[in-house]
Amino acid sequence: MNDAFAQPQSVLVLGGTSDIARATVRALLAGRTRSVVLAGRNPAGLALAAEDARAAGASTVATAAFDAADVGHHAAVLGKVFAEHGDFDLVLMAVGVLGNQAADEADPVAAAGVIWSNFAGPAAACLVVADRLREQGHGTLVVLSSVAGERVRRANFIYGSSKAGLDGFAQGLGDSLVGSGARVMVVRPGFVTTKMTAGMKPAPMAASADQVAKAILDGLARGAEIVWAPGALRPMMMVARHLPRAVFRRLPV
Amino acid sequence: MASRALTGPGRTAILSGWGRTSPSAARVVSFHGGGNEAAARVSALLADPAGRGVIARGLGRSYGDAAQCAGGTVLDMTTLDRIHRLDPSAGTVTVDAGVSLGTLMRVLLPQGWFVPVTPGTRMVTVGGAIAADIHGKNHHVDGTFGAQVTSMLLATPTGLRHLTPGAGPSDPDAALFWATTGGMGLTGVVLEATIALIAVRTSRIRVDTDRTADLDETLALMIEGDSAYRYSVAWVDSLARGRHLGRSVLSRGDHAERHELAGGGAPLAFDPGAPLPAPPPMPLSLLNKATVRAFNEAWYRKSPRHEVGRIEGIGAFFHPLDAVASWNRLYGPRGFLQYQLVVPDKETDTLRGALERLSGAGCASFLSVLKRFGSAAGPLSFPMPGWTLTLDIPAGTPGLAPLLDGLDDAVAAAGGRVYLAKDSRLRPDLLGAMYPLLPEWRAVRDSVDPDGAMCSDLARRLGLVRPSENKNMPPLATHQRPPTATARQKEPHQ
Repeated sequence: MNDAFAQPQSVLVLGGTSDIARATVRALLAGRTRSVVLAGRNPAGLALAAEDARAAGASTVATAAFDAADVGHHAAVLGKVFAEHGDFDLVLMAVGVLGNQAADEADPVAAAGVIWSNFAGPAAACLVVADRLREQGHGTLVVLSSVAGERVRRANFIYGSSKAGLDGFAQGLGDSLVGSGARVMVVRPGFVTTKMTAGMKPAPMAASADQVAKAILDGLARGAEIVWAPGALRPMMMVARHLPRAVFRRLPV
Repeated sequence: MASRALTGPGRTAILSGWGRTSPSAARVVSFHGGGNEAAARVSALLADPAGRGVIARGLGRSYGDAAQCAGGTVLDMTTLDRIHRLDPSAGTVTVDAGVSLGTLMRVLLPQGWFVPVTPGTRMVTVGGAIAADIHGKNHHVDGTFGAQVTSMLLATPTGLRHLTPGAGPSDPDAALFWATTGGMGLTGVVLEATIALIAVRTSRIRVDTDRTADLDETLALMIEGDSAYRYSVAWVDSLARGRHLGRSVLSRGDHAERHELAGGGAPLAFDPGAPLPAPPPMPLSLLNKATVRAFNEAWYRKSPRHEVGRIEGIGAFFHPLDAVASWNRLYGPRGFLQYQLVVPDKETDTLRGALERLSGAGCASFLSVLKRFGSAAGPLSFPMPGWTLTLDIPAGTPGLAPLLDGLDDAVAAAGGRVYLAKDSRLRPDLLGAMYPLLPEWRAVRDSVDPDGAMCSDLARRLGLVRPSENKNMPPLATHQRPPTATARQKEPHQ
């Protein structure tokens, strides 16, 4: 159960190898979290993340094979996870790929793959999770969105639009859960220095995975519906959102 | 998709404790046909394994998550509110579990009877008072509420049971009775209880007040003088530090005799009136360090240094906060928590350490109360001989979670414990140290509820009841929509 400070005891991560997810799990384990299930596609990466979680104090760690793109098996795969491990107080949806904008613009199938992996797949999984949380009568679904989805840019519109889709989906899903005891929190990190962005030039206000994790925990504690990481992105994007197109597309970001 | 756990009779509602933290949803079932119908329906609900657990709920004054059951069934006991009979020769009253102490006072005081134990609010039910084994300002003399119960009717998942206290908490034949007092509702559902009352001549309290300069004076005064009073409690200025640490206003008293009442009027009149209307929902907590410091200073200053024989009403003496409805809203959307610890008599250093840490952290507790406990009761009852300190703290106070974790460690190491009816954040691995009779309690509990039908969020959070492994999850439907053939994934950038 979540305690009075919204500290969960049991956590399920979808996309368990994500750096942000791993940092978040570590931060949660410093609180009340004892049981962690890491789900994802890459068994070797999950094993590493599991070791990480054990070292951070988890008493129960399990991994599960889960492919967010394989929507046909979500109900069975996630159903089994819930059946075997019981209630989850927090589910973190951390699945996502960055893609390669330049290459993908020339390869529509690849572009569709990015959008499927970032939007359709996670959205379908969120529906399955939401249904379980509704049954539990409690629990928080944390969805990793991106500042890139707040206003989609020329430079990464394939990734950005996929996150815009997931962000909107998650907000609507959150509204559908009002009165169910379960809720959704959307997280919009800016540029985060992780393996996903390795080799890229950090954007202004770049954050570390640990800083995003801290923002997530703060958001949980105050019952936030949307969390920006860092928080200063919020006013900045409020402005960026309303810039005329002609201005926005000339911005050097 | 409808969720199976929350369908069926009753309505789905979001429930939380009085502190308004950690809400969860449950199916709420009410009773309207009186005791017999309720007994039958409760028994049927407890025997039906197709749910995520059942817990009874009274007036929702537990601060944490004791009277909620996420995804399960919560029995609203407040409509079971009949007073069956008053037996003046035995000095007992037999009531439904949903009767509130406030109702009992209104009905019984004019006839010269008072409830044997009252907490800081009248707005609790008899069933809740038994489940939490509540205490009042008279604990050092009279013990807990459970110790005043002469019999009760308990619906368990394995049948209805008539229980009596037998020869006391150590009587093996009365084990279920004492596991139920303080058992947080997890042994079953109390339907009816008979309670021993206090005979009173008036509805007023004769109060002596003493203002103390520091903790030593407070403790000394209580050790030396408590036995002369039926009721005793100290309000502590939680923000006072250094040489003022533990400065308090001690108020002690007893039921007044008729000759002590000035003027006319009915000596047994009791009319607390309607409470002031609830404050509106607040966007943030009105109770913060600045407002609490100002209040504490004013309260301390306005209290007399030493005053004897002041006559107060029941409400003013026992339940000052009942004068305002829904005062918990003052703490804003994040709510608040009440932290109550007890340490053995000799552990005054632990008590001092706790006050030092709280005041040092600037932890603004609006209501901080110190009291000396008498005897212990059931295996999961909170009181033990020693000192109990209670604090109301806004949940949004920075650094509060680790601060209280540190206090828990100190309290457990001193052989003390925290009160489960107030708890909303205890680390589960400390439960066994704080409640050493937990294994015995579990054995009794499991014997009447082998399948784990009784459950609450508190029980889940602290692992009080071993969960029966998700026996109730509905079978899974496999979504038939296949992924599109074109979908494929890319590895994240390396």
